[in-house]
Amino acid sequence: MKRLEEKHPLAIRWLHWINFPLLFLMMWSGLLVYWANDVYRVGWHETTLFAFFPEGFYKALNVPQRLAEGMSLHFFFMWLFVLNGAAYVLYLAISGEWRHLLPDRNSIRDAGLVMLHDLHLRKTAPPQGLYNGAQRIAYTSVIVMAIGNVVTGLAIYKPAQLGWLATLLGGYQMARWEHFWLMIALVGFFFVHIAQVLRAGWDNFRSMVAGYSLVETGDRNE
Amino acid sequence: MNSVERQATIRSRRAFLTMGAGAVAAYGGWTWLRSRPQEGGVPWPIRNVLRVNEKVAGAYLSDGHLAPTFNEEQVNSELRVNGDVGMGDDFDPKAWHLNVQIPQAEPLQITLDQIRALPKFEQTTQLNCIEGWTAIAHWGGARFSDFTAKFAPSESNATYVSMQTPDKKYFVGLDAASALHPQTLLCYELNGEMLPYEHGAPLRLVIPVKYGVKKIKRIGTIKYLQDRPEDYWANEGYDWFAGL
Repeated sequence: MKRLEEKHPLAIRWLHWINFPLLFLMMWSGLLVYWANDVYRVGWHETTLFAFFPEGFYKALNVPQRLAEGMSLHFFFMWLFVLNGAAYVLYLAISGEWRHLLPDRNSIRDAGLVMLHDLHLRKTAPPQGLYNGAQRIAYTSVIVMAIGNVVTGLAIYKPAQLGWLATLLGGYQMARWEHFWLMIALVGFFFVHIAQVLRAGWDNFRSMVAGYSLVETGDRNE
Repeated sequence: MNSVERQATIRSRRAFLTMGAGAVAAYGGWTWLRSRPQEGGVPWPIRNVLRVNEKVAGAYLSDGHLAPTFNEEQVNSELRVNGDVGMGDDFDPKAWHLNVQIPQAEPLQITLDQIRALPKFEQTTQLNCIEGWTAIAHWGGARFSDFTAKFAPSESNATYVSMQTPDKKYFVGLDAASALHPQTLLCYELNGEMLPYEHGAPLRLVIPVKYGVKKIKRIGTIKYLQDRPEDYWANEGYDWFAGL
């Protein structure tokens, strides 16, 4: 016997899916802007392990010489991205959904156990509510990173009029560096998120679209 | 199928159809946006939003908000030379004077000595190139607001200012509030020495509240206007305001 269990409220689902193309467009237009001064790398002194980004990567995505286009798109979609994100945070706060999402005192230990479980090093996963400890930490970090991206973005956007903010973040170039690495962290989250969604299966994915989960009641009579 | 599964199927179908419709609408919106007639190389709805951004930034722009200043030890040893439009070789610095055009008034011709006679201000500020690199330099010159008070006192409430190179090939449009900002200089000195030619001698604009594209070198003409003037890079798809 199965029953429907409500999992994700309508607002969370809409805001999540609207965010997806908006974040993508912010990253894409940001890449067009970054190309014009692509100075970041992983390395030290004369040694560069990886330069962001290789020429072939730019060429394959047709990035070069599109700075003006990138800036105009970035400063168009920033409004929608921020409004959607603000609506999400507001909804979490007002509806009480934040209780499912924010890490609690068990989350760090649980996240470790979840990771061991995911890596097949441990048979059982710790008991959880809507989200496990690793998810709580990941989903909260993403909100913090997105807010960080807005704040560092503002410092890069208006380093004179918001000079205090740029100075607080370590100066214009530091804010630009922070903006870049927060974006890379979001990309990293995205790939782990996709892998975990694939791993979790259909019922979990459907719950983010349709809102419910089909769960066994434990009742044996069909 | 029992009733729970039927209910699940109905809900699921409805939700996926709605999401599909949303995806189609989003893609349609994107296609529509990209295919709108362009204004200065940008689809008009995006150009309109850039103007909204300008209004927001303009409302916050204040003579009280100053761009960060730096110590002279932080000055970059070599200032990168970027952009040579309007910087042709057919230029005689000895014959140079600044043309000033004021509505309903005779045009003025102003010499460098007249500008040097204005109170001199020095500031160590960051040059923000629109490409994303920055350089710190020490600039010396006269405040544009002092220049305006002296030579165009009737224009203290002008709406816009336009500046052009002598050959008219490079031109910038400025909102008057940014031009009259206390850190905006008509600059004739760089790092304590006479402004080099590649950096815009005899006179260039230093305007920390704008990207480098507005810091026009080799100013030939200054116009005070009520209507929004053209701007070289805004015609190429960049934001007209380009404020920082």
